[in-house]
Amino acid sequence: MDDLLSEFLTETHESLDVVDVQLVQFEADPNDASILDNVFRLVHTIKGTCGFLGLPRLEALAHSGETLMGKYRDGAPVTKSGVSLILKSIDRIKDILGDLAATGTEPEGSDEDLISALDEISAQADTGGAAAAEDVTADDAAPQPEAAGGGDEEPLPLQIVERELKPGEVSLDDLERAFQEADGPGEFEVPDAAAWVNEISNEGEGSPDGADTDADVAAKDDAVSPAAEAPPPASEPAKPEKAAKPAPQKKPAEEGARNEPVATTQSIRVNVDTLEHLITMVSELVLTRNQLLEIARRHEESEFKVPLQRLSNVTAELQEGVMKTRMQPIGNAWQKLPRIVRDLANELGKDIELEMIGAETELDRQVLELIKDPLTHMVRNSADHGLEDSAGREAAGKSKKGIIRLSAYHEGGHINIEIADDGRGINAEKLKSKIVEKGLASEVELDKMTEAQIQRFIFHPGFSMAAKVTNVSGRGVGMDVVKTNIDLIGGSIDLKSVLGEGTTFVIKIPLTLAIVSALIVECAGQRFAIPQLAVVELVRAQANSEHRIERIKDTPVLRLRNKLLPLVGMRAILGLADGAEPSEEDAETGFIVVTRVGGQTFGIVVDGVFHTEEIVVKPMSSLLRDITVFSGNTILGDGSVIMIIDPNGITRAISADIATEVEEHDGKADVDARDREDTTALLVFRAGSEDPKAVPLSLVTRLEEIDITKIERADGRDLVQYRGQLMPLVFLNDEVERREAGGQPMLVFSDMGRSMGLAIDEIVDIVEDRLAIEVSSAKPGIVGTSVIKERATEVVDVAHYLPMAFPDWFTRKDPGLHKGNRILLVDDSPFFREMLEPVLRSAGYDLVICDNGRTALNELEREGAAFDAVISDIEMPEMDGFRLAESINAHPRLRDLPIVALSSHTDREYIERGRRAGFYDFVAKFDRQGLLAALDDLKDEPVIREQAA
Amino acid sequence: MSEESVNDTQTREYITVRIGPQLFGLQILDVHDVFNPENMTPVPMSRPELAGVLNLRGRIVTAIDMRRRLGLGDRDDDTSPMAVGIDHSGESYGLLIDEVGEVLSLADNSIEANPANLDPRWAEVSLGVQRLDGRLLVILDVSKILRFAGEALAA
Repeated sequence: MDDLLSEFLTETHESLDVVDVQLVQFEADPNDASILDNVFRLVHTIKGTCGFLGLPRLEALAHSGETLMGKYRDGAPVTKSGVSLILKSIDRIKDILGDLAATGTEPEGSDEDLISALDEISAQADTGGAAAAEDVTADDAAPQPEAAGGGDEEPLPLQIVERELKPGEVSLDDLERAFQEADGPGEFEVPDAAAWVNEISNEGEGSPDGADTDADVAAKDDAVSPAAEAPPPASEPAKPEKAAKPAPQKKPAEEGARNEPVATTQSIRVNVDTLEHLITMVSELVLTRNQLLEIARRHEESEFKVPLQRLSNVTAELQEGVMKTRMQPIGNAWQKLPRIVRDLANELGKDIELEMIGAETELDRQVLELIKDPLTHMVRNSADHGLEDSAGREAAGKSKKGIIRLSAYHEGGHINIEIADDGRGINAEKLKSKIVEKGLASEVELDKMTEAQIQRFIFHPGFSMAAKVTNVSGRGVGMDVVKTNIDLIGGSIDLKSVLGEGTTFVIKIPLTLAIVSALIVECAGQRFAIPQLAVVELVRAQANSEHRIERIKDTPVLRLRNKLLPLVGMRAILGLADGAEPSEEDAETGFIVVTRVGGQTFGIVVDGVFHTEEIVVKPMSSLLRDITVFSGNTILGDGSVIMIIDPNGITRAISADIATEVEEHDGKADVDARDREDTTALLVFRAGSEDPKAVPLSLVTRLEEIDITKIERADGRDLVQYRGQLMPLVFLNDEVERREAGGQPMLVFSDMGRSMGLAIDEIVDIVEDRLAIEVSSAKPGIVGTSVIKERATEVVDVAHYLPMAFPDWFTRKDPGLHKGNRILLVDDSPFFREMLEPVLRSAGYDLVICDNGRTALNELEREGAAFDAVISDIEMPEMDGFRLAESINAHPRLRDLPIVALSSHTDREYIERGRRAGFYDFVAKFDRQGLLAALDDLKDEPVIREQAA
Repeated sequence: MSEESVNDTQTREYITVRIGPQLFGLQILDVHDVFNPENMTPVPMSRPELAGVLNLRGRIVTAIDMRRRLGLGDRDDDTSPMAVGIDHSGESYGLLIDEVGEVLSLADNSIEANPANLDPRWAEVSLGVQRLDGRLLVILDVSKILRFAGEALAA
């Protein structure tokens, strides 16, 4: 009985999924009789089976649903509410089935609400002769024949089943005929039925409704028919009362058996474990084959060659065949979506069309299971957030009906799934404020990001775009969960969104998890496999070629198509640097595996690249599992074991230092100085003398070495054509060597679309250190001297040089706007004061400067003092920024005075604390532009600041 | 089953192995096979006791350098180790040792407890000590040898 029940549950779930899909289709096209018939059949079958298994609750519910559908079939007008009700009933049936699966018995409860509603609609519908015939009670031992009998005047409509028939299945036409020919309740024979039940119980896989038995046709012929004809060998005594019911159902099974070959394709159900084992064995076979081939390759003239070639081909075919057994069309994962979208559309009052393209695209069932939920979630997301409501769409000049397009296609060894909507797109500006609000990044950081980078924030944990929490989505778990799930199976997700036009998510996943295509690389004499999925391209770097590895001290970068690609050495990641130190020349050559993981691109420097190979991923020993840069290991064709690199693990390993730098390097240099307490990233260089000089790295846009021949002179100034613009060059001092040949190193500063080059002698290093000006300087261009990496270092005042290139550098930002605005600048560091003073003054602000919170408060409280804003550091002696802000907010006269914080921290709690204390905005230290923008914001409505080129 | 009753005392069979100067015993039931470790791939970033991974007839075996595990000095370059293959919770391991010796049958009650002053690294993996003619045999517990995974997580 248990076997029977579980089989019933499996079958019914499958049927219900089909019903869901078909009902939605039916609603869209009520005139399609074949769909309705199909649905009717399925529900009917469910009802019959429930009766057979003694599940009165399910049976009654299914019966009422069927009655209504019978009306529709007889030509009653189809209403949306009616279909909704049927769908609701199906949901209820699913709930009951869930309980049934958990406990083995039907749960207590009443479905009167649904049943009466269904009956009411049935009654409303114009009743035909069928209605009376359908009117049987749930307790009736055999409602099916009567139900079928009710419709027997009708011509038999052509039945269409979506899938191919399995062996042992009968076509719906046959089934229909069987129902019509079925004996009346009084005529059935108990022994036959008992025999049939017995047969099914013994086989353990027959389905009671006879529509989907798995025994093949032969088995049916041999077993079922004779059993039905001959007296039963041993009727199960335990089930006589159950056996009484299915008597009429036996007929279709017999019918199917009699009707010779009803199935065109034969199939049998195989336990998944059996398949898994088979796949493991084939994997082993593939490995062994590879090893043999490797050996044969070494022996030129070998008699094994020909048979080995044959073995190789057979193995390949076998592998393909076995892998195929695991393949399922992705449509299986999509099955529930039409229903979900339909319900959502009703709930949200939107008009949504779901297009599904490439449902037949196949992928591994294991992968399929894993992406089912993420896909569902994303489609819900698109329906809920992506698409506007009908009114919104019309206002935007779009057709009323929103479209969600789901498409899947193969590409290489991967499958790409796209979920596209033609909705409102992602509003980067809205997103920005949300990001800042959540403290995921500062405004300043965001300003430096491209739109795509900002949009990717929706994959950030805890980020939900829903403006309001609906019961559809927006519960705070969202795209990050999707991303995590996809990462888990070695896939990646990205998005493209155009404001007002829609959003497209692209998911790229491997076809199968067991065998992956991998690039075999060499590093420090060892070989490693990098999954091909993550590899974008291979670049061979050589000294003096277009592609060469350049270094900013220890940080290697590669110029690739006008972008700086950050590089990580495989040696460094794997701690293999202990070998022979690569020579100067080696350091500039090597193979670079350009890798892209979830929107982040970086290059992995390896010593050599061999080939791509299909590898069988084997799990690592538990002793190695804590090493996150590996995802597994494998045996290569030559029999050696190699480790498989996990690109996600590498991202994690480097994200601490390079990754943030990476994203911004092509736009603006903005090293994460702010992430570190107290220390500042400083660029140490030499200019004029041997003494080191330094400048905060975050002020520098790029480091360049410009070919001396490219330096031109015009108007008494040195200029260079740089990125389509003329960039003036300023030599840091007169002692800087003007090179005769080769390249002149320089620091490029960019601001508001203008760049200037500051020529120096040599870039020495990038260091993280505390920046404390210990001796201030009277010399123009030097802020003072600080101890950096244990050496006294002159800190260069960039603000001094900028006007030398463009005299109006600071003044051109419409100084008139700020004329007369008084600002109180509070900072304990003379360096920052010195740096900010000219910036603010040249922007037209009137400035009063204090060195801690206490003096600032005194200044503010002084009688007659009038300020428009306060800019304050946080960490200060005597009274820190938080307390200053709190004091100002508590002060009756000063309460409305806006305060902007200058901070090197960007973590969330910190910013949150600042907001509570009363800060209006947070600006990173060194970010002049951000500061000016923040001050602008104070005056006007928050303006959208355009990203400077 | 090698466990049998002789004069009311249980005896078990042990395979003796030499690691450095010391003779150790491993219960023969734990030992899958003895092989020559060839073509071993070191695993970067792994703990020093893990000598690497290798392919033994299609299975990936994780090799553990017993000298390092026991805090003995590394072996000379000109000698090659032997490996004792063991299976533990579904995974294959190879213990790298210097030499494989004979198989001994020892009575359970003849094995003495670890001396209190035994190096804690040894005591951790040892089940006891057996006195042989002129030599001592330290009985190793396979599951304890492999247990350092837990320590790593705790550390």
